[in-house]
Amino acid sequence: MLKAFGSANITAPSYAQCRGPREVAFIGTFGEGVLSPERTDIRDTRCLVLIGSHLGENMHNGQVQEMSDAIDKGATIITVDPRFSTAAGKSKYWLPIKPATDMALLLAWIHVLIYENRYNRSFVEKHTYGFDELKAHVASYTPEWAYGITTIKPDLIRKTAYEMAGAAPATIVHPGRHVTWYGDDTQRLRAVAILNALLGSWGQRGGFYNPDKVHIPHFKSPKYPKPKHTWREAFPGKYKLADMALASGICDATIPSIERDCSLKAWIVNGTNLLSTLPDKKKTIEAIQSLELLVVIDTMPMEITGYADVVLPECTYLERYDMLRSSPHREPSIALRMPAAEPLYDSKPDWWIAKELGIKLGLEKYFQYDNIEEVLDWQLKQLGSSLDEMKKIGVKKFPREFDDLYMDLNEDFEFNTNTGKIELYATSFDDEGYDPLPVYKEHEQPPEGYYRLIYGRAPMHTFSRTTNNPNLSELMDENTLWVNPKVAKTWDLKNDQYIWLENQDGVSSPNSIKVRITERIRWDSVYMVHGFGHTDRRLSRAFKRGVADSDFITRVHVDPVMGGTGMRGNFVTFLFNAPSVGKGGKA
Amino acid sequence: MRYAMAIDTKKCVGCSDCVVACQLENDVPEGYCRDWIVEITTGTYPDLQTEIRSERCNHCANAPCVRCCPTGASHFEDGGIVLVQPNECIGCKACIAACPYDARYVHPDGYVDKCTFCLHRVKKGQQPACVAVCPTKCLYFGDIDDPRSKISLLLKKRKWKTLIPEAGTDPKIYYLI
Repeated sequence: MLKAFGSANITAPSYAQCRGPREVAFIGTFGEGVLSPERTDIRDTRCLVLIGSHLGENMHNGQVQEMSDAIDKGATIITVDPRFSTAAGKSKYWLPIKPATDMALLLAWIHVLIYENRYNRSFVEKHTYGFDELKAHVASYTPEWAYGITTIKPDLIRKTAYEMAGAAPATIVHPGRHVTWYGDDTQRLRAVAILNALLGSWGQRGGFYNPDKVHIPHFKSPKYPKPKHTWREAFPGKYKLADMALASGICDATIPSIERDCSLKAWIVNGTNLLSTLPDKKKTIEAIQSLELLVVIDTMPMEITGYADVVLPECTYLERYDMLRSSPHREPSIALRMPAAEPLYDSKPDWWIAKELGIKLGLEKYFQYDNIEEVLDWQLKQLGSSLDEMKKIGVKKFPREFDDLYMDLNEDFEFNTNTGKIELYATSFDDEGYDPLPVYKEHEQPPEGYYRLIYGRAPMHTFSRTTNNPNLSELMDENTLWVNPKVAKTWDLKNDQYIWLENQDGVSSPNSIKVRITERIRWDSVYMVHGFGHTDRRLSRAFKRGVADSDFITRVHVDPVMGGTGMRGNFVTFLFNAPSVGKGGKA
Repeated sequence: MRYAMAIDTKKCVGCSDCVVACQLENDVPEGYCRDWIVEITTGTYPDLQTEIRSERCNHCANAPCVRCCPTGASHFEDGGIVLVQPNECIGCKACIAACPYDARYVHPDGYVDKCTFCLHRVKKGQQPACVAVCPTKCLYFGDIDDPRSKISLLLKKRKWKTLIPEAGTDPKIYYLI
């Protein structure tokens, strides 16, 4: 509907607030992104390195299933995290790193692989570009240098580097998923990509496989008009390597500015609670107030629906057909998403909402069907199946087009980069004026009496969307603040005590949070699960339960390469009484 | 035939899918559960260990709940599964006091309820609901009298423990460690 209307401003927070930096870093190195679902061959890996990635709590199902398979097969797990995560509890090595210093560790690992001759020499010689530049670049990044920064002992840095090298090429230095932390995230993920290249794990069993997917034909429709404006015009000369639209960028492009002639006037928000997903709530609200029209399509009253001029109630995924799912994977497959129950109330499926809006906008020529079943059946028939068949089987697998799940190392291979090689030295970064080799930059550490706010996920909840679900809220109905016992002693905090938080900018939250004193978190950080602290009374189970981490993420470190919003540079302190004015909680 | 369950603590991530699957499969009333997740952390930062495990009725061979039941409502089924016959239960809670695993609760309808190993599914050749949904495949259900069953092989190959062995109940939930 948006494309038919002439808009190219279609975006999801899963890019600039999440996995964007890793895609740009891997494209810059290998000429291809990590994609979603990830092309990580976890099932067959012998060494899985997780850097701040909390698989198991982040219940990314395929990856969690494969991590379990890998544990069964005796794979080594190395976890880097200031928090003793569930994955850390399954790891042979846990590196309790000082937050915001990961780059130093990665560079030290690269140093060890190169200077102690543990890298995959034949792979590097045949397939990579810029090894000599990289070698010179990391000369001084020794484990001893990194120790002073990361607090990880040099022998542990070496031992884990040897472990990775010993298992290579069946080693995955996992690119993670939510990686927008400190603003130099693309560069950090470049270091991750370089490590994988040195280990020769790209294109190899137990490393990164080459995914394949089914291309689903487009249902007949006239050509979409060329958009008059795009979000990019709001950022002349910035974020040049972003390969998708930025959800945060849409906000920036909405707030009128004298520096540009374009500003967005209307949003349609579908199934994303922007007040909770985007950092810097104040800016999001300013953008919303600059709009002439905000339409929100959602299944429940979320914070964002409260700001809408019009709310269109959508039925849940269990009550509607969605478009066919085709995911890149080892085996190409398609999946049908069909209703299991009739929609309740006046809620409608999104395809119906889009079509009806389209007709009202005079765009009926783009919607030449009566219902979605017609479109799905037509698409499925082009693929040699049918809606009837898919209703019975749900998922259909297809053969790969080529026998190229893994790279044949004896063959010449042209990568989709400027040099045709895996670029240890990223020429595309150089061209745009970004560091072609990742550089360590010091990040701010918390001031006295403040603690770095780290947030993450609980396996039973899907962001802020499920906290009102009766079964799931029973499992976890509020988030807690993880506090190290040493910190608790200093502040005389007790387990299960409710406290308030205030960040470095004096922003506090009207809701209080329960203290959980645990050895599982470093003394310079606190941790909470994302997705709580709902402010809509109609979410009867979730209303005012716990605290929203996003309330405190007022300082955003924007990644100059692709516009990702670094959110881990915020610090909180404890309040024992409710703050008189909840500046952060007005939403 | 002796039904038992082995739970691989090396793989369990504590996602609680087993808990919800059981509640929905067995129509467990809101606010109650027949299985649950326990997380135990030992040590001090940074020398830590965490064990995460899914717990439920241990279907003990020497079950104090069966022994102390005045009406015979708590009883053994074929395969050693410990069950409660709701219409014979008088809600005296002697079994709740006797169970060292805190596996039983009083159903709002007045009888004592707990894990049945999903006997109704097992009879149809299916796995218990918790086992069927586990994304990490860390739950193994089977016959430990059959030396070739997956669970027997696992118990032979892996180190395991039971909970509160000193209670002498001979529990049939084995934790692979």
